[in-house]
Amino acid sequence: MSDPDQEWDEGDPERLYVITRGRGGLSQRAALDLVTLIVARAEPHPSMQPEHAAILRMCHYPLSVAEVSAYLRLPMSATTVLIADLLADKRVEARAPVPKALLPDRALIEAVMHGLQKL
Amino acid sequence: MDFKSSDTVVAPGPFAGPRSEDILPASAATAVKVVIVGGFGVGKTTLVGAVSEIRPLTTEETMTQAGADVDDNAGVERKTATTVAMDFGRISINDELVLYLFGTPGQQRFWFLWNGLFEGALGAVVLVDTRRLEVSFDVIGRLEERGVPFVVAVNTFPESPSYPVEELRAALDLPAEVPIVGCDARRRESGRDVLMSLMRYLYSLTNPERP
Ligand SMILES: Nc1nc2c(ncn2[C@@H]2O[C@H](COP(=O)(O)OP(=O)(O)OP(=O)(O)O)[C@@H](O)[C@H]2O)c(=O)[nH]1
Ligand SMILES: [Mg+2]
Repeated sequence: MSDPDQEWDEGDPERLYVITRGRGGLSQRAALDLVTLIVARAEPHPSMQPEHAAILRMCHYPLSVAEVSAYLRLPMSATTVLIADLLADKRVEARAPVPKALLPDRALIEAVMHGLQKL
Repeated sequence: MDFKSSDTVVAPGPFAGPRSEDILPASAATAVKVVIVGGFGVGKTTLVGAVSEIRPLTTEETMTQAGADVDDNAGVERKTATTVAMDFGRISINDELVLYLFGTPGQQRFWFLWNGLFEGALGAVVLVDTRRLEVSFDVIGRLEERGVPFVVAVNTFPESPSYPVEELRAALDLPAEVPIVGCDARRRESGRDVLMSLMRYLYSLTNPERP
């Protein structure tokens, strides 16, 4: 902790990305949490940007935004832009996490405890 | 530097998806998260890995050195970027509910990188090493400020001095109700017990009238 900078990976220029201003879906993007579950609602198509097609393929079953980011090997910010594109086109469905205002919820906590007991 | 001028994303392919055994059921409807926070090398990744049903994954975020938003500046090529990674794991609670665990370093500047990391989190586990208790002071203060409920898990390393719980509580200036538990982050049952104490604590918070 004394020298936190040494813990940082140097950014690889190849991994950097640029997203133009005015890209749509900003509000949808803001609503995407790390644990929002994404489910494909359309088939991938060869004419699509490869990242979009990859998301549709991997989200055949529900997958969190964080997992999509990990499998795409893209930063969260880039991942949410891509998912927002697909949301805007209704090609994916987003299953939102429990709203903060409802936490902590007794039934939810009980369910989690019950699930953990099986671990 | 190579920057694309279009709105495309530079990404190394091919894109792997989850392994078949890592697929969630179609019925998975809601996810919740718990954040494991602690100093460097305190055992965050080990703890996540011990309880996770999937091999821990890594998500990352880039940060420009100046800390400014990339979108704000057309002259992006002048900036150097830093990548910060966060490990996470997953536990399926039942057919509909999934719990995600995120391990993040203690400094607040890392937290800001992930939009809403603590927003909507059930709670947090502060992982501490008694050899370096001081790194936890700031973390605990920040969580209290943000109103994020947490438990403290003391990871036992061979050379770590062991203190009576009440001494730790005093040293960390923790209120009496915040649980302090010991753990061996390498053991699944131990990690599970830490999460259980967090859940029991959260449960007690839903019922302030409890005797
Ligand atoms: N004896 C012992 N060793 C542990 C325990 N937890 C982790 N370790 C070891 O401590 C080292 C660091 O653990 P990590 O899980 O990588 O710690 P981390 O907090 O994720 O570290 P950074 O991500 O680098 O900040 C590893 O070599 C682990 O094997 C524990 O409970 N007991
Ligand atoms: Mg780690």
